Amino acid sequence: MINELAGVVVIFAVIILTGYILGKYIAKVYAGEKSLLDFMSPLENVFYRLSGIDPIREMTLKQNLFALLSINLVWFLLGMLVLMTQAWLPLNPDGIPNMSPHLAFNTTISFIVNCNLQHYYGESGVSYFSQLFVLTFFQFVSAATGMAAFAILINGLRDRTTSDLGNFWNFFIKSITRILLPICVVLAIVFVINGMPATYEGKETIHTLEGATLPVYRGPVAAMLPIKHLGTNGGGYFGANSAHPLENPNYFTNSVELIAQMIIPVALVFALGFYLKRRKLSWMIFGVMTVGFLALAIPTMIAETQGNPAIAGMGIDQSHGNMEGKEVRFGPVISGFWSIATTVISTGSVNGMQDSLTPLSGLNALLAMMINAFYGGVGVGFENFFIYLIIAVFISGLMVGRTPEMLGKKIDAREVKIAMIVALLSPFLILVGTAMTAWFAANNAALVGYGGKESWLYNPGFHGFSDILYEFTSSNANNGSGFESLGDNTPWWNITTGFVLILGRYIPLIGPVVIGGLMARKKFIPESSGTLRIDTVTFGVMIMAVAVVITALSFFPALALGPLAEYFSM
Amino acid sequence: MATKNKSGLFRKEFMADALKESFVKLNPVTMIKNPVMFTVEIGTVIMLAVCLNILLTGKVSQGSLGYNLSIFVILLLTLLFANFAEALAEARGKAQAESLRKTRSETPAKRVLLVGDIKLNEIQVVSSSQLKKGDIFVCDAGDVIPADGEIIEGLATIDESAITGESAPVIREAGGDRSSVTGGTLVLSDHIKVKVTTQPGESFLDKMIALVEGASRQKTPNEIALTILLVGFTLTFLLVTVTLKPFADYAQTPITIAALVSLFVCLIPTTIGGLLSAIGIAGMDRALQANVITKSGRAVETAGDIDTLLLDKTGTITIGNRKATNFYPATGIDKKLFIEHCMLSSLADETPEGKSIVDLAGTSLNGSTSGKKELPQGSILIKFTAETRSSGVDLPDGRKIRKGAFDAIKRMALQSGNTFPLETENTVRDIAANGGTPLVVAENNMVMGVIELQDIIKPGIQERFQRLRKMGVKTVMVTGDNPLTAKYIAEKAGVDDFIAEATPEQKLSYIRKEQTGGKLVAMMGDGTNDAPALAQADVGVAMNSGTQAAKEAGNMVDLDNDPTKLIEIVEIGKQLLITRGTLTTFSIANDVAKYFAIVPALFMGSIPALQALNIMHLTSPQSAILAAVIFNAIIIPFLIPLALRGVEYKPIGASALLRRNLLVYGLGGVIVPFIGIKIIDVVITLLGMA
Repeated sequence: MINELAGVVVIFAVIILTGYILGKYIAKVYAGEKSLLDFMSPLENVFYRLSGIDPIREMTLKQNLFALLSINLVWFLLGMLVLMTQAWLPLNPDGIPNMSPHLAFNTTISFIVNCNLQHYYGESGVSYFSQLFVLTFFQFVSAATGMAAFAILINGLRDRTTSDLGNFWNFFIKSITRILLPICVVLAIVFVINGMPATYEGKETIHTLEGATLPVYRGPVAAMLPIKHLGTNGGGYFGANSAHPLENPNYFTNSVELIAQMIIPVALVFALGFYLKRRKLSWMIFGVMTVGFLALAIPTMIAETQGNPAIAGMGIDQSHGNMEGKEVRFGPVISGFWSIATTVISTGSVNGMQDSLTPLSGLNALLAMMINAFYGGVGVGFENFFIYLIIAVFISGLMVGRTPEMLGKKIDAREVKIAMIVALLSPFLILVGTAMTAWFAANNAALVGYGGKESWLYNPGFHGFSDILYEFTSSNANNGSGFESLGDNTPWWNITTGFVLILGRYIPLIGPVVIGGLMARKKFIPESSGTLRIDTVTFGVMIMAVAVVITALSFFPALALGPLAEYFSM
Repeated sequence: MATKNKSGLFRKEFMADALKESFVKLNPVTMIKNPVMFTVEIGTVIMLAVCLNILLTGKVSQGSLGYNLSIFVILLLTLLFANFAEALAEARGKAQAESLRKTRSETPAKRVLLVGDIKLNEIQVVSSSQLKKGDIFVCDAGDVIPADGEIIEGLATIDESAITGESAPVIREAGGDRSSVTGGTLVLSDHIKVKVTTQPGESFLDKMIALVEGASRQKTPNEIALTILLVGFTLTFLLVTVTLKPFADYAQTPITIAALVSLFVCLIPTTIGGLLSAIGIAGMDRALQANVITKSGRAVETAGDIDTLLLDKTGTITIGNRKATNFYPATGIDKKLFIEHCMLSSLADETPEGKSIVDLAGTSLNGSTSGKKELPQGSILIKFTAETRSSGVDLPDGRKIRKGAFDAIKRMALQSGNTFPLETENTVRDIAANGGTPLVVAENNMVMGVIELQDIIKPGIQERFQRLRKMGVKTVMVTGDNPLTAKYIAEKAGVDDFIAEATPEQKLSYIRKEQTGGKLVAMMGDGTNDAPALAQADVGVAMNSGTQAAKEAGNMVDLDNDPTKLIEIVEIGKQLLITRGTLTTFSIANDVAKYFAIVPALFMGSIPALQALNIMHLTSPQSAILAAVIFNAIIIPFLIPLALRGVEYKPIGASALLRRNLLVYGLGGVIVPFIGIKIIDVVITLLGMA
């Protein structure tokens, strides 16, 4: 137990340390200052020249958003096309068939929005070509899109008055060439050394001791895995994700994958402080995020270590913790830690079964995704946090008797309106999606099931409700993990979660950037002693209160009927 | 006139009016302006329909008639309480404005007909309400001035006590900065000709009354932003409530309409929603109580944000006038003789400075102020003019005594071939460096010595500036004094900056400079030449005694002509925002307890495990829901006094203030309803209501 705990502490310390150093570096990259990887610029220039982009041109809010959305749309169309025709394309040694249109829709959307909700099995659902040129490619560009949006936002928060917000293409390309790609190369080498497959050959067949034949699927796994975590994507190569031995061979790769998924979200918080020259602000934000993360992770680790009383009641030993749905090579502590890390961050990769978590751990995982701002996904994590920040600034500004202002800019009706729309979106998508599905489950299950099947909700009662709630929460948070006990490859699930994915991605992505753009245009007001400082502990408490209260108030009834009811009935 | 009676918050005549208005305001057309309370009204109508349905069909699947009826009544009360708060604030404002308006009841006006029936400038007596903008009327001693206007001819002493409550008469004269007269004030002496400057019904007072009454009341930007926030919360809770129905279907739990409506009404921020407009009106009321007429609610809010405050030295920082404090004779001049000369030069000087010289001279010579000398017969008085910058007296014996500014007297002395003694020049410099004003006295162009005049800094003003600094407001002293004097007084009074030898242009450019730096600037002024600066400032307070141009340019008018009023106005503005912020926090924080009351109540029947969430141990689902809605309703009247009086502002620094208000209204907002709902539940159970 002590060893397991020490492992968690060491991993977390490495995340913070490397995150801090990386953050300093990222700030330099976005500020266009001299940095370590300047030798990549000839490569970048090739892309600029090929596409006729001038990376130095300052772009307005509208131009930046247009660039971001239009390139995303192009990728989406290409992705759909490839997935629906993969059977006829090269690199398909196992003869994988084309995807159905609704599954291709869901999958493309899910990868382009950095969610990686998977309603297919990697082994049997996609060809190597699709894995590489749709899924892995999307894992890079969706992460870089989020990072570029983050860069535009913090550019808007600088202490000046302008309508120039930098250049989306520049931020986007540099996010890949200077940050994501170099780290992924290193990680890929580490993974290959530890036994992860990297091959274009088809599946292998082995004969078990019992004499049965077993297909062992493989492919360019080590190519996908680094960006899967580094870009907080989480879409696994195999259906079992990082619980699969070829996707996560040992405790060491498990640690590396954990670190990889958390460093960029942590680094971006520090990058903000270095970029805006407000390091204290970074520490405040980091503090709030860390307190929030630990408040969810620690109880989860404890609950998972204590085991499941219902199983103990059946006379099964729970002294090693709740091992249902967990890998023995990892154990309950690090698996509990991972289950919260992957949900506060929008990775959604799993090294165990989220569905088998004890009810309170499941509750924490749900809360992590509902708040979606304790570190959060690459770029978007801070953007979500920014919404809570605006609301907190507004309310506390009033409480100290000044028209609210943040970083020297006044917060008016327009900013509040956008922040409220974004804040309202999560309850809207999650509650409406869950309500409709729950209604169907209660009244007309056959209508939702594939081919009129009624049995798509494999768990009855409270846990079944949690399954539905989790699926929509995960989609809205662009997380991608699932409780999974759902027959979810049906038109109903693919299309509803598809729309939740799109809205849950682009509105929270665009909203904060628009607020940043509006703020950039405002007059800069230097701080006076009457200004409410936002880099203080007091204000940190305020943000935490806003985030927790908004989330709790929106979801309390739903959580009461799901995990809480399950917990109290155990 | 305007009563500063704060205990009159719930005066009887207000109550009756407000009660009536609470029902009138139920009209959905007016309700819809307040989206939060409008949704409560919809909920109330739904409950009414449920009650009628039970009454007509006799089906009790939605609960008993008594239970549904009580929910309906409580929701109706919630609406009435909110309306009452707004009506009460309006009633108070109206009463205050009315008492001011009484001063301008119908009075006869002597209108001048520029081209009359018989001759030019014929006078016709009409009613004051018939006066139009641009009309000219005359007033003699004993007349009540019929309308706001500007004196175009003559000078008069006027009793303005009807407006300001100040009994000392004031002098108003044509031209210059004191040419403005206010309707309802009384002419005590002399004869003036006045041009009407406002259309009937468009005076500041009329505008103010309209603002308070709501006819022309517009939401301020900050109110709009807050309303958006509240609407956002309301929509969230609408979602929560609506989706709860299918959730309950899944859990096979029947939920009554009464429970859903109650949950919704309890969750939405009715407390702040119901009190929001009352808070805004109360802000203007408080300004009016301080005898300040605001032209918009926005101006009061902006006042709370002020970063820089321009204050006139005279009257604000120092007691209006300088006083003589010392006589310094030149070398070789007898001190007694010098003092006598000083007295002679000032005997005819009616300015406060002149009088103080006579007083001090009398004390120095005879030990009392009574030792006044009379000027010899045949003396000729020389008045102060801007060119000579000196005044004095020509005595019958041929002696010419002059006193004046250092450079003026020096020029005089040098021109007539005399020297200016070096020691005297040093004394002059010393006096100036110590914040005093030197007046040089000369006889027949020979320098005799220097009188030192000192500014007397108002007692307690340093503390007020310290308070302002803690609020984050920078104070700037504006004075006509030279930089040396200005610096000395600025330091002594504790202001942050000063503008010396200030001209109206300098004030304007200072304001612009501050605004370019993103600061909000407030200033007070009275003269026509202040008008551009008043217009440029974010908060411009014109004195009522000032010119019409100044009053038009500013966005507030101070009836008391009190320059320290700006400080009060800043605090009123801050209080306004704080009251909104704290009540919003309180309102949202309340929801935690309400959830713990209602959610277990909804599901306890079918999911016994959720009884664990009933941490308050409320008696039954029905009592829990009733207790929650009752608490939600009665918290509104409980908070009306706070909303109208405003949450106290403490200048303890922004972070400390946030910490304090977060504890009181945030944490308090979480805890109070737990206690309140439990108590109500106990009472309901004892009464056997549910």
